[in-house]
Amino acid sequence: MTARQQVLPLTGVASGRTENYRGDHLLVAEMVERGSKVLDVGCGDGDLLQLLETRGIDGRGIELSREGVNRCVAKGLAVVQGDADTDLINYPDDAFDYVILSQTLQATRQPRVVLENLLRIGRRAIVSFPNFGFWKMRLQLLVGGHMPRTENLPATWYDTPNIHFCTIKDFVQLCDEINVKMERAVALDLYGRALRFNAPWWFWNMFGEQGVFLLSRAEKTK
Amino acid sequence: MVNVRSIPSPAAHTEERAHEADHPTSLLARFGADQPLKLDCGIDLAPFQIAYQTYGELNAERSNAILVCHALTLDQHVANLHPLTGKSGWWEIMVGPGRPLDTDKYFIICSNVIGGCMGSTGPASTNPATGKVWGLDFPIITIPDMVRAQAMLLDRLGIDTLLCVTGGSMGGMQVLQWTAAYPKRVFSALPTACSTRHSAQNIAFHELGRQAVMADPDWHGGRYVDQGTHPHRGLAVARMAGHITYLSDAALHRKFGRRMQDRELPTFSFDADFQVESYLRYQGSSFVERFDANSYLYLTRAMDYFDVAADHDGVLAQAFRGIQTRFCVVSFTSDWLFPTSESRALVHALNASSARVSFAEIETDRGHDAFLLDVPEFFDISRAFLESAAAARGLTKAER
Repeated sequence: MTARQQVLPLTGVASGRTENYRGDHLLVAEMVERGSKVLDVGCGDGDLLQLLETRGIDGRGIELSREGVNRCVAKGLAVVQGDADTDLINYPDDAFDYVILSQTLQATRQPRVVLENLLRIGRRAIVSFPNFGFWKMRLQLLVGGHMPRTENLPATWYDTPNIHFCTIKDFVQLCDEINVKMERAVALDLYGRALRFNAPWWFWNMFGEQGVFLLSRAEKTK
Repeated sequence: MVNVRSIPSPAAHTEERAHEADHPTSLLARFGADQPLKLDCGIDLAPFQIAYQTYGELNAERSNAILVCHALTLDQHVANLHPLTGKSGWWEIMVGPGRPLDTDKYFIICSNVIGGCMGSTGPASTNPATGKVWGLDFPIITIPDMVRAQAMLLDRLGIDTLLCVTGGSMGGMQVLQWTAAYPKRVFSALPTACSTRHSAQNIAFHELGRQAVMADPDWHGGRYVDQGTHPHRGLAVARMAGHITYLSDAALHRKFGRRMQDRELPTFSFDADFQVESYLRYQGSSFVERFDANSYLYLTRAMDYFDVAADHDGVLAQAFRGIQTRFCVVSFTSDWLFPTSESRALVHALNASSARVSFAEIETDRGHDAFLLDVPEFFDISRAFLESAAAARGLTKAER
């Protein structure tokens, strides 16, 4: 996705520096408690990890592309080359306070298994993904009759890495099915701004360009 | 008769090499009968000595020391002229002022491994009990023995915790052994082009090399010094076979292809018509000038025996349980001696131990030897890893 410059209030990051960071990264960083241990799955060039480290967070990363990994390691970040679909099983239970999956869920082969692994490895998970229920998507399919493409998802259907698109509604349903508790949910508009907090789900599903969710394991119900 | 020319005999250096084994052109730490080196084979080695080089200054807090562990056929002369060959140090590209292992910031130590032939006690040294060269009377040594000796050297130097332990190949094995045996003494570890255990294929290549040495009539059952010989042909063949494994098909093709050596047409003989043959012969004959044949047997054996998991019920992750050391594991795409899959297995074990680990695979066609060559991506990663380790240890301010 294209980097957007967006100012969100974030404690610990001096104003004037926040514009260097992506809106959804600032939101994610704000969800993570200081001093915690974090695994960023699909960490790209390590921008989020760097932001987290400025907040005293012990961050680790997994990245699929060799170039991305090497750029991260050259920044002094603790990043390994790996695949969310196959390598998460190597991590022990409760190894991290938070596991982050930023704009990657839709590119995994088995999103459900990945989500379950996130909440096995981490006590909490933070998941962000593009909302396929966004009105622009719906409009392109309804009126244009072709697979939607947006500023943030410019790939064509035949070369996109995103093989498992979902809507915010779909994701909420999956969380219910696998007994995941949603501690916080935020929908961001096309400009990375949070939508009105008390809006109903259908509104978010229509006008949210992406969803950001803070998840934890639900208490086992008998 | 078909023209045959075998590998030339090294004219010089036999005496210098023998002298260097006992009286090295290096700093020297001697350990007496009261401080034996407890070897894995059950023998207490005493007395013994460790030859080492240092670069840079140890700071007042003694917190900036980096131990470099050398590979099979290298030695402690990391960044100075070699006393036997007169050539520059084997890692000058990495160690020096402003280099990734910056001697303006860090105190770099490299010691000749126990079993080596450049001044640390080994089969080429004189056995004080007999007054003769140890030869095959020298006990079999292991990678853990090498590391135990290094730990004794650090005790002698008054260095408790190393900022980093680094090295490639057999040096990388020592790095991993350091983290498994002395995790609290290793703040960060940068193992490169290595594995937690020697593979069957690698043991096979080593056996080939050893048999080449032993098949040379000049070897005399290991007592060649008494006979005034050195099995230079066998050792050169071992080196040639080894050297092929350090390169890659692509690198050999790029460097030599099928090009002829100083001639237009084949000579219809077994002379070195091809450049690659000439290169290998040169590698073989220059190696025997500076290396002892028995030492080659002992050090290859130590690598063969190496298996970190074996000491931990076969579970690699057990070896690193609860470890606080920061790791950066580096492999090279064309390294077929220690392929990336071996590094990946190590990384999986470290992840399972929740260790702080970075892992980068660097794309290059230069094979196993890439860790010794000019590979800028490797330098960038090493530099950044060391800087972040130094910052985490409160050594320098992180540059952001």
